Amino acid sequence: MKETQVVIIGGGPAGLAAGIEIAKSGGKVTVLDENKKPGGQLFKQIHKFFGSREHQAGTRGYKIGTKLLEETEELGVDVILDAPVYGIFEDRTVVYSKDGKQHQIKGDKIILATGATENTLAFPGSDLPGVMGAGAAQTMINVNRVLPGKKVLMVGSGNVGLIVSYQLMQAGADVVGLVEAAPNVSGYGVHASKISRGGVPIYTSHTVKRAMGDGEVNKVEICELDERFQMIKGTEKILDVDTICIAVGLSPMSEIAWTIGCDFTFIPSFGGHVPKHNENMESTLPGIYVSGDISGVEEASSAMEEGRLAGIAASESLGLYSEEKAKELKGQVWNRLNTLRDGEFGEKRKQSKKIQISRYMEDANE
Amino acid sequence: MRIVDHPILGEEKRKESVTIYYNGKPLNALAGETIAATLMSAGIRKFRKTPKYKRDRGVYCGIGRCTDCVMVVNGKPNVRTCVTPVEEGMSVETQIGYGKGEE
Repeated sequence: MKETQVVIIGGGPAGLAAGIEIAKSGGKVTVLDENKKPGGQLFKQIHKFFGSREHQAGTRGYKIGTKLLEETEELGVDVILDAPVYGIFEDRTVVYSKDGKQHQIKGDKIILATGATENTLAFPGSDLPGVMGAGAAQTMINVNRVLPGKKVLMVGSGNVGLIVSYQLMQAGADVVGLVEAAPNVSGYGVHASKISRGGVPIYTSHTVKRAMGDGEVNKVEICELDERFQMIKGTEKILDVDTICIAVGLSPMSEIAWTIGCDFTFIPSFGGHVPKHNENMESTLPGIYVSGDISGVEEASSAMEEGRLAGIAASESLGLYSEEKAKELKGQVWNRLNTLRDGEFGEKRKQSKKIQISRYMEDANE
Repeated sequence: MRIVDHPILGEEKRKESVTIYYNGKPLNALAGETIAATLMSAGIRKFRKTPKYKRDRGVYCGIGRCTDCVMVVNGKPNVRTCVTPVEEGMSVETQIGYGKGEE
């Protein structure tokens, strides 16, 4: 059986950033990813990222992805693709499949960076072809360069819904409207005004009543909601659409963390149940770290920082960094994370992260 | 429909160089793209029929998680078309139920 110092599960922004930090410290690391290409969802992000200059703000996501892959390669991080992980034994042996065979790799430390998955929304006709995740539409237009449809209704006004609406317009689709159940747009105003300027009506306090069509979507019925989120009779509108994109949030992909017995806590703003962890991103199981969306759904810049943090902490615990050096490096990452979790929208995430860490500490002090 | 011109990504320079067969009908594909991308570029969105009610299904998540887009590929059922690249001469068929054909 293969052995290494750190096994990272997931080769998206968090996992690759963690791998880079371990390689920089001189550690031996293997990244496992179930996809055929590394980089996770970075390559479909064609918009410019926010944050400060040190977060490469103003740089488009896929370019950040290219840089991350270059660094991964330069440092010789071992990346095994097309390798879904399906279990971890107590002695930290990771089991994965590759080429139809079972393989094992044992790590002294493990970093879980499995990301998140899109939430769904059930309504009559929600199973019709043409109803799809906003992320799926984004992959289709920006990675595959294929339009999933010509006339699109977006459901959800978080940043994903707003950004993907704009990107669908850039790709040549007609975004017929955006519905949001809440009375206000939930994403950044700057993204919302971009699509408003493009002529997309934003229907707040609205939801989808049903998708219509014989075998695939060709119409949608939307409806106004009262203050208790109940449909108001007589407010139905039928829109001509062939595609309905669902952007109603993401949930951490935490199956592996559950199966190995990490303690979880419920933080709605992070997407639901998330593993408790300390300031080193270490879960309640010693030597098992979490980073990126699995530890709370945020965005790619903070995922990369969390990955770096987990990587540095894992290297420290392997003796590859002195306590002093690690403290300095981790301090730098925490400063950058705090900058990202700043402002009107970031503040909530900062508080959520504090709660998540304090719940780990409560257990540790018991 | 393929996106030929794009304000950020520029002009599509790749050329369709692969042929796959969708229910026996030839389709032009780009080397390395997923089966789902080829089908959707040709306007095909019904990928399979559910086992019980025979309802049409297609791409939902596009990243290999939801398995709604599975089809019979080269005779093998339950292949996730959104993460499986095309190959020259590949046969891609609508999956009926669990993929054993109409019962």
